[in-house]
Order: sequence, then C-alpha cells, then structure tokens
Amino acid sequence: MTEGGQTRWATGTDPLRRSYVLSLKISPLDGLHRRLGARMVPFAGWSLPVQYQGTLAEHHAARTGAALFDVSHMGQVTLSGANAEHALEALVPGDIQGLAAGRQRYTMFLNQDGGILDDIMVANHGDRLVLVINAARAEADIAHMRAHLPGLTVHTDRALLALQGPKAVDILARLAPPAAAMPFLGVATLSIVGAECWVTRSGYTGEDGYEISIPAEAAEAVAVALLASAEATPAGLAARDTLRLEAGLCLYGNDIDESTNPIEASLAWTIPKRRRLAADFRGAATVIAQLAHGPARRRVGLRPSGRAPARAGTVIVDAEGREVGRVTSGTFAPSLNAPIAMGYVQTNLSADSTELGLLIRGQAHPARIVPMPFVPHRFAR
Amino acid sequence: MAETRYTTDHEWVRLEDDGTLTIGITDHAQEALGDIVFIELPEIDREVVEGESVATVESTKAASDVYAPMAGRIAEINEAIVEDPGLINRDPQGEAWFWRMEPGDEDNFESLMDEEAYQALLETL
Repeated sequence: MTEGGQTRWATGTDPLRRSYVLSLKISPLDGLHRRLGARMVPFAGWSLPVQYQGTLAEHHAARTGAALFDVSHMGQVTLSGANAEHALEALVPGDIQGLAAGRQRYTMFLNQDGGILDDIMVANHGDRLVLVINAARAEADIAHMRAHLPGLTVHTDRALLALQGPKAVDILARLAPPAAAMPFLGVATLSIVGAECWVTRSGYTGEDGYEISIPAEAAEAVAVALLASAEATPAGLAARDTLRLEAGLCLYGNDIDESTNPIEASLAWTIPKRRRLAADFRGAATVIAQLAHGPARRRVGLRPSGRAPARAGTVIVDAEGREVGRVTSGTFAPSLNAPIAMGYVQTNLSADSTELGLLIRGQAHPARIVPMPFVPHRFAR
Repeated sequence: MAETRYTTDHEWVRLEDDGTLTIGITDHAQEALGDIVFIELPEIDREVVEGESVATVESTKAASDVYAPMAGRIAEINEAIVEDPGLINRDPQGEAWFWRMEPGDEDNFESLMDEEAYQALLETL
C-alpha cells in the first residue's frame, strides 16, 4: 500500500483522443480501486476512480442503496488552540463560534473582494476544529491559513471515504453502532474495525450518509469492511458529479470561484445575522453591499425542455437571443432521466419559471429556471 | 462481403454491397465514453465533408463529436439509438449504427485503417 500524498508516475487517457503522462498523487486506496476494476483518471493532481462498473448504476446505488466514494484527495486540516473559532471567523462569513461541539457546518474562505477562495466543511470536535477543503485549492488554502491562523495541522496521513445513500446508516451502524444516533451534520470519533475514525453525518449527494476520515494504514480495511455489505457499491467521480448536481450543490472551480461572491452564488443562507451585523470577516464589504442592493446576477437551476445536456460554458439567452448568462455545470440527471444545469443569469431574469434559451451547438434550446435541489434532499433528521 | 474499416477517432465504417457506408463508434469508444445518455444525429440528405462533426454523443461524463469519415450525403439515420442511447454501450458494432451515407468518392474508403491497423492503434493507447 502507498501512503497518502506520495507521488508516482501514472498514465491516463482522455476519452478518445489524447494520452498523457502525469505525476499524480495516489490515494491509500489505490490498490483496492485497481482490484475492483476502477478506471482511474487524473483529477486535481490525484489519480482517482472515475467509475467502476458504470456511472448510471453507481448513481442509482447512492439514491436507492449505498455508494462508497474515495474522497481522499480532499484536504483535511486541524485547527487547535483556545481561539481557533474566533481566528477562523476572520477568514469565513459563517458562524463558527456558534458551532457546537459535535456539529459540522458549511462555509467558505473569501478574498478581500468577497470572491470565494474555497468552500469548506468545518467540524467542531470539542477540543479542535477539523476542516475539509477542496483538493484543487488545498495548497492555496493551507498557505492562506498559515498566514492568518495559529495551531494548524495538515493531515497527509489520513484517507477520507464517503458512504452515501438510504442504506448508509444500516451499513455503518453494523460496524459502529453509535453512527445510527448521529444527527445530520453531527460529528463523532468512532472505532471502525479497530481504527479511530472521525465521522460526520454529511456528504455531497443530497442523501443521508457519512464522511469517514481514517488513518491511511487502516483505510483499506475500513473500505473492505463497508463494501462487505451487499448493499454497498463502490462509486467514482462521475457519479459523484451527477449526484451533487441533482442535489443543487456547488462544485468549486465550476459554479463558484474567486470571481463569484456568496450572495450571487445564492449562498447567503450560510451567513448568519451576527456576522452580517459585525461585518468582521474578509470580504465583508462586498457581501454587505450585495445583501443591501442585490447582486447583478444570481446562480439558478435550469431545466432544458429537450434531452440535450447543456455543459459548462453554454451561453444562456433571453427571448430576443441576447446573452444573459452562462451555464457553470450541466449534465444528464440519471434520477430525472432528463438534463439539468446550473448557471448564473442576470438578476431580473432569475425568478423561478423564467423561460430562457441555451445555445447548444449554435441552436437555442428552451429551458426554464427551477428551484434547486433538482432532486429533493433526504438527509437524516 | 461487406468490409469494415476504422478511423483514428474510433469510428467503424462498413462498405455495404450497394456502395453505401454505415458508420458507428467502436467498442473501445463506447467503453471510453461510459454510459451514453443522449445522441444527436444529422438530418437526412445533409451533405457533409470529410472530418465534419456530424453527430454528438453525450455520456454521463462528457460530450464527444462523431465525425464524417469521408465526404458524402447522409442517407439514413438510426432512430433506435436516439430512443435508447444505452444500445450503443450494449451493441456498438451491431444494432447501434449511427448513420448511413452515400460516399462522394468511394476510393477514400481504402485509406481508412483495416482491422489489423486499428487493433495495432488500440495497443498503443
């Protein structure tokens, strides 16, 4: 088994055209993926499974049974010290001081202009905060945190698994009974096949489920124990993307980045009143102004009327054919058997049920703005 | 007997007894694309040039173009794959053909890869 963060030469093939050689980081579960017949692809500097047997089956497994994703590429960082909550609040607009021990919350790092540097999960483990950050942003995030926060530990020796779906609770509770009683966005340290795991009841699919941080040397044993259940299906990045898009969740780099702020990204719900009034976080001036005057554009969900998916970059037009926005993520939604997309449109055209057009291969295809999520969330209560 | 040849874009091209061509994507192509969920086919009677994008295949992962292997006129399209895109994953080199065309210059068929050359190409990927 290779250690997390270690690098070796790996080859990848782009669908149909190019082949290339890259230096990629290898997950502690790399050997297991290959034994399970995964197709590995380069993603955010890592070699990761894009699929095992098939994307559609893996997608449906997460909606009806359980899917197990290796998300060890995500960065894991601990913040410790008496003032960790207060210090972190200088960099994020979310309520961290009000985050109770044993609870987790979604927030984001902002730059001085209110642009989103990364979207992150923060878990309060009682004596410390554990952050999960995006792989593609990990290096920048860590430099940013080192510059502004004391007590930082970067975990390059831990894997991260996501067990997602309505059967996730039964599967995990068989190995770690206290998992069943955890609330949505609850945090606990649980022993799974003898390994000390940091577990949160969360995920990126809109389903009930868990994210499980495991010491790298125990990762394969935990994954094998979870997959021993007939209800658990290994699933890759492609299914993870269709699931998160159906759930209306942002992908950093596509739907949010430094050129978007949380208000236009329709993430104002992550910024509580106390933080708005105090305006004591990086990027606050932009956020407060956007809240007061309304953003010029807004992230919305779109349902094309035909079957053609509108991919990222697709131009959104009004009834007169004028460009009014761009798609940032688009796919064919397996749970709806129809295409879905999210993108930014100018605010005066962002109301639900607004009819717009999507320029796909030069032709305007009708589409309608719809509320997100596209598929209802089914989190544990 | 009808002969099948291949393009570097992983399409198969079958020269039928009546001189028309039937075009589809290879087993390697469907495998690389993954689960196929949407197909757009050309209009019948469209005149196409060699290398022109004629059809679009969307999988759960990405969109890919399918190109005209040679110039000619689209004679027939396979509606079965529009209704059931998964047929391409199940039977790419049989039932799931994409379109038939009348070639502008039949001699160009000979310049495509034969089975042996295509297998050799796959070995290099």
